[in-house]
Amino acid sequence: MKACGRVHKYGDNVDTDVIIPARYLNTANMEELAQHCMEDIDADFAKNVCKGDLIVAKSNFGCGSSREHAPAAIKASGVSCVIAKTFARIFYRNAINIGLPIIECAEASEKIEDGDEVEIDFDSGVITNKTKNEEYQGQSFPEFLINIINSNGLLNSLKDE
Amino acid sequence: MGMTMTQKILAAHAGLDEVKAGQLIMADLDLVLGNDVTTPVAINEFNKSGFSEVFDKSKITMVMDHFTPNKDIKAAAQCKQCRDFASKYDIKHYYDVGDVGIEHALLPEKGLVVPGDCVIGADSHTCTYGALGAFSTGIGSTDMCAGMAKGKTWFKVPSAIKFNIVGKLPKYSAAKDVILHIIGMIGVDGALYRSMEFSGEGLKNLTMEDRLCMANMAIEAGAKNGIFAVDEVTKEYLKGRTDREYTVYEADPDAEYDEEYTINLDEIRPTVAFPHLPENARTFDDIPEIKIDQVVIGSCTNGRIEDLRCAAEILKGKKVAGHVRCIVIPATQNIYLTAMKEGLLEIFINAGCSVSTPTCGPCLGGHMGILAAGERAVATTNRNFVGRMGHPESEVYLASPYVAAASAVAGRIAQPADVV
Repeated sequence: MKACGRVHKYGDNVDTDVIIPARYLNTANMEELAQHCMEDIDADFAKNVCKGDLIVAKSNFGCGSSREHAPAAIKASGVSCVIAKTFARIFYRNAINIGLPIIECAEASEKIEDGDEVEIDFDSGVITNKTKNEEYQGQSFPEFLINIINSNGLLNSLKDE
Repeated sequence: MGMTMTQKILAAHAGLDEVKAGQLIMADLDLVLGNDVTTPVAINEFNKSGFSEVFDKSKITMVMDHFTPNKDIKAAAQCKQCRDFASKYDIKHYYDVGDVGIEHALLPEKGLVVPGDCVIGADSHTCTYGALGAFSTGIGSTDMCAGMAKGKTWFKVPSAIKFNIVGKLPKYSAAKDVILHIIGMIGVDGALYRSMEFSGEGLKNLTMEDRLCMANMAIEAGAKNGIFAVDEVTKEYLKGRTDREYTVYEADPDAEYDEEYTINLDEIRPTVAFPHLPENARTFDDIPEIKIDQVVIGSCTNGRIEDLRCAAEILKGKKVAGHVRCIVIPATQNIYLTAMKEGLLEIFINAGCSVSTPTCGPCLGGHMGILAAGERAVATTNRNFVGRMGHPESEVYLASPYVAAASAVAGRIAQPADVV
């Protein structure tokens, strides 16, 4: 299983309030929320993001609120994977539960720049930066994680079992 | 090898004699919580998954506190969805306008959490109940859904950081200052994936409300949970609130900790966390003159009766500065009533404060006190992220009720000594 796309790069401590501001949480419609994704730190994100694109950030991505709307809005905006040095724990769990692939990789987080074209092989964990012609080794996804992602989330995967 | 408090609780709920940090376990849950923002997503998943019953209607609680009283039509629809679900499945602890309070103030007040419990909540500040010696952690709506249906969930057993509390807080220093000091020291990811365990001889000098405030903000250091050793203060707090029998889990003397810190309460000074991270903690020797537009005294962190008493102590007989809007939000109906009986509401209103019904409201930029571009607020809340209380170009400074009240009077960020 692979993902490939252009990178939107951010820094440390990207919190769930900037990923999806609470003022929009009067709905659970994720397509609607995707239109406001990253709005408070990158007003043009929703306009610029293309299906398959990646988000790459530094430490503690997704800190703050437990709102599942945050990974769900990222996923609904078409993002195929988030790479960071570290993730906040609730975001990490939520992302997997809804089937948004995320990978912790310090080297990729450091070296990948905004606009780079990046491909990820989830089976091997290899992250290929096509723009810079570099490879970084991230953690590969165990089978149960691939199943959750392919089933579009934890609950679906339990149903599929 | 010995276990931490958290590890012992998790082992007991997984039916194991022993667990180790990093171990994956399946644990039974004593309580599953959701609010009006996170529960609708869980209900959607519940229905989509084809579940037809909940694991235990008395062990699920839904608290309509974030955008209530309903701020708009969409928020009203979300609450209605929760209300209908609660009615259909006969959810015992459903709280709506009239008896609702901010979830993390309400549940301890109602005696819904006891020491040794294993609690999940679809709200990041669920870690608050660690103050009572429970394992309690925030999760998302999918986990809430699975928890409601099955009464269990999986955890990775965390390692821990130990905070040895000694001493006694000086006058006008508060529990909020302690936790802001700690987050300033270890950073917003300083306890990532780990437990923060609080114990030591200084614990006896921290009230239950102090502990609830500190455990509440464990998540702001990235922690999985914060937990306090159970003592007489805990047992006294629980009297009259619950008939449930509970187990007190103490850390083993040889429990292993990643790090250990000693926190001397005598040295804690009024502290303010500057925008846009709770780790930007400063004391007043390092704070320039900063004019403010709004003060919020409330939230799951600092909306309890002791917090209101502290604010009233400063505001009594004084006036809020002309250019400042000061909003006081008692966290529960019981706190509201007590504040009324004690004359605190009169002090607030005479000082020129607005007093609101319980709601999370402005803390997360929902309603009831949103900031315009360029505006600054001092708030007793828990987060000062970009756009947290309104416009992305507004600013939130986190502080104790003492500092917030003093700032309201001074019209700038001020400590109690500046105005009393």
